[in-house]
Amino acid sequence: MLHYLNSKLPAPQPTRRTFLKLSAGAVGGLLIGTVVPHRSVAQSASMGDGIATPFVHITPDNRVVVISKHLDKGQGAATGLATLVAEELDAAVEQVEAEHAPSNPEVYANLLFGVQGTGGSTAMANSFDQYRQAGATARAMLVNAAAAEWGVPAGEISVANGVVSGGGNSASFGELAAKAAMQEPPAEVTLKSPDQWVYIGNHFPRVELAQKTRGSVGLFGMDAQPDNCLIAVTARSPRFGATLASMDAADALAIDGVEAVLQIPQGVAVLAANTWTAMQGREALALEWEDGSGETRGTDEILADFRALIDEPGLPSNPRGDAAAKLAEAAQVIEAEYVFPYLAHAPMEPLDMTVLYDGQSATFWGGSQIQTIDHGTAAGVLGLEFPQVAINTRWGGGSFGRRATPDAHLTAETAMIGKAWLDAGNAARPIKLVYAREDDIKGGYYRPMALHRVRAGLDADGNISGWEHRIVSQSIFTGTGFESFVVHNGVDHSTVEGIDDTTYAIPDLHVDVHHPQVGVPTLWWRSVGHTHTAYVMETMMDELAQAAGRDPVEFRLAYLGDDARLAGVLRLAAEKAGPTGPEGTHRGVAVHKSFNSYVAEVADVRIRDDGTLKVEKVTCGVDCGVPINPDNIVAQIEGGIGYGLSAVLREEITMTGGEVDQENYPDYEPLRITDMPEVEVHIVASTEAPTGIGEPGTPPIGPAVANAVFAATGQRLRDLPLTKHGLV
Amino acid sequence: MIEFTLNGKTQRVDVDPDMPLLWLLRDELKLTGTKFGCGVASCGACTVHIDGEATRSCQALVGDLDGAAVTTIEAIDSPAAQAIQAAWVELQVPQCGYCQSGQIMSASALLTETPRPTDDDIDAAMEGNLCRCATYARIRKAIHRAAEIMEA
Repeated sequence: MLHYLNSKLPAPQPTRRTFLKLSAGAVGGLLIGTVVPHRSVAQSASMGDGIATPFVHITPDNRVVVISKHLDKGQGAATGLATLVAEELDAAVEQVEAEHAPSNPEVYANLLFGVQGTGGSTAMANSFDQYRQAGATARAMLVNAAAAEWGVPAGEISVANGVVSGGGNSASFGELAAKAAMQEPPAEVTLKSPDQWVYIGNHFPRVELAQKTRGSVGLFGMDAQPDNCLIAVTARSPRFGATLASMDAADALAIDGVEAVLQIPQGVAVLAANTWTAMQGREALALEWEDGSGETRGTDEILADFRALIDEPGLPSNPRGDAAAKLAEAAQVIEAEYVFPYLAHAPMEPLDMTVLYDGQSATFWGGSQIQTIDHGTAAGVLGLEFPQVAINTRWGGGSFGRRATPDAHLTAETAMIGKAWLDAGNAARPIKLVYAREDDIKGGYYRPMALHRVRAGLDADGNISGWEHRIVSQSIFTGTGFESFVVHNGVDHSTVEGIDDTTYAIPDLHVDVHHPQVGVPTLWWRSVGHTHTAYVMETMMDELAQAAGRDPVEFRLAYLGDDARLAGVLRLAAEKAGPTGPEGTHRGVAVHKSFNSYVAEVADVRIRDDGTLKVEKVTCGVDCGVPINPDNIVAQIEGGIGYGLSAVLREEITMTGGEVDQENYPDYEPLRITDMPEVEVHIVASTEAPTGIGEPGTPPIGPAVANAVFAATGQRLRDLPLTKHGLV
Repeated sequence: MIEFTLNGKTQRVDVDPDMPLLWLLRDELKLTGTKFGCGVASCGACTVHIDGEATRSCQALVGDLDGAAVTTIEAIDSPAAQAIQAAWVELQVPQCGYCQSGQIMSASALLTETPRPTDDDIDAAMEGNLCRCATYARIRKAIHRAAEIMEA
């Protein structure tokens, strides 16, 4: 999502007795230039007398605990950071753990955001130097401690696989940890050269994996249960933007176990001793709502309003050449319109946040993805200073963008419940706000609906001659703290990314945009605008290739002369896929750059006798710079394909009269095991700086499948999901 | 008072008999390994074993449990369960991991019943378990791998 924030901050330089000196602008002005002395960071108290730096702790019992500034919600960020530290530290795999950092933007800012937050597939890109330096610094402290202990020159001491050796002596990290903690961190460290890497580019197993096969006890926000914790569920308006007109809570309060019914700006919260009772209490509420200025249109009406705009010129976005003139002289023009629905993220762990607020301070537990905004919002709601609030980030049970909320709505709602509870005269107790699945599906913050119209020309020789492209879609970024980074001259770049900046050599390209006001909250959804822009670009390129009578791979390559890396993954995927797929399948291709990574996907699709489709196999070429952890790259491409395919096949949020029609997995049904293709991933052995991998696997799968369906049936699929076409 | 066996020990509870087992486990007994995903038996995250059968605990009412034997992810230790857990680590199956308690409960029940499952057996047993991270290809491989581990 936030890859747009590419105004890089200076890389942190370790200095004497410091690990970080960052001077960063920040959303809300929360940051000032700050020096953080080592061993001053929260959590060090539990670490005994070992090394406790902001990014890695080494304990006397020989554990290496990597402190992840990034929320790990399944994408493997914690293991990625652990890989970087372990590499420079020469730690053994078995001794490495990870835990989430406290909320502290002065220490744990995403260096591409300026605030503590995770998204936009930036975790490795912004941490690659920082966490390697942390590992190298801790290693030097261990070596210097060993040198002093053994009377051996530091230069004669080596470290391998968690053991420090020299002059006939050897010791574990744990044995040296206490003495190493007293060593001055070196002013400078030298990082390994790539040929010295042991873990990077090879394999480092996920640090939390064994726990995740035994119930993930203690990991997720949903499982937070401080002593005496109450559960809260909130009744929210059935239409976005409506407000409470009247409430009768008598029946709810009569239920044994319901502790309180509290009115908050978001609706009515029911607090009970357990989740089931809280949900029953909510059912028993009698509520009336006033629409006021809220959204009362259905999606059909909203789409009709979008169509009314599509004939009108929009705000131009980086136009090149003279598309209109080239189209006027084109031998043939293909015109097509595409419709993409609202989509819910629907992570397996529904949203939740726990708070303990006592009037003087507040502690939160949950899968916070932009901690600094959650933190600042909580302080604002509760009238506290920033240091009076603590956020304990828990592992996320999926997110796909959903936990990265620029308005911190979940934390704000939790804080308001905590405040209302205290204001009602109750003694402070922990309260966990739980979203039921229905709250999640109906709750907004969707991938925006989008309408595209494309006019693309071909000259008599089958070359592209002009391309006009208009998009109608809500802006995601307008009104957020990130607006100034992404919205320029009225155009939200997340709506047009992948089109106006395409590296296809199309000299005459005119992209323009309408951003209508719609009262439906929207949010970045795994790969953001690329979720629809890649679909249009790559199905249109396929259509042009077919109209020109050219091979779809060769046609694309002819336009990728300026983008060797995109051409490279396309060639790689095409070569590895071989000339044909499994018997009886039809093939489609797509290639797309997102989050500075390059992914090509070749989909082999079977049309069954009943007319439904099965994606049998997807062969991928991936270039994400230095492949830090290849198995995690494979996992993220598998997952990105599954997530994208899920949306293409079945996912759609519709509204009638302003009310969301879907409510739970039976009518918003994600991909199941029977839908999953075989995925084969080929990774380019790049030496470029590492880039994103959480999102880039998602954009190409939709158009690759659509192109395969065209190959099979001659049918172009221009509105999603495919349930509309009898294919699912 | 309802009495049943939970993870090998006698459990007596005094709650509303209409309370789903899911919430008894999570909120009252503090066994949070069993996850809440949908509440309507559509996602499988809450799967436990009741008398050896993979069962959605969000639909199993406490009042119906008298005399039953309930096993949760915290306590599975059958050869099939151990093989599944080992294969899950070997093939690095979980991503976010939230659904994996349910996946493992369904897979271990399958393997206990069918030690050498086919892909069709896997589809039938696992289709009710959603994974939004789409770890499905690895789940399939890991079930086959666990079958090998059990045979060895």
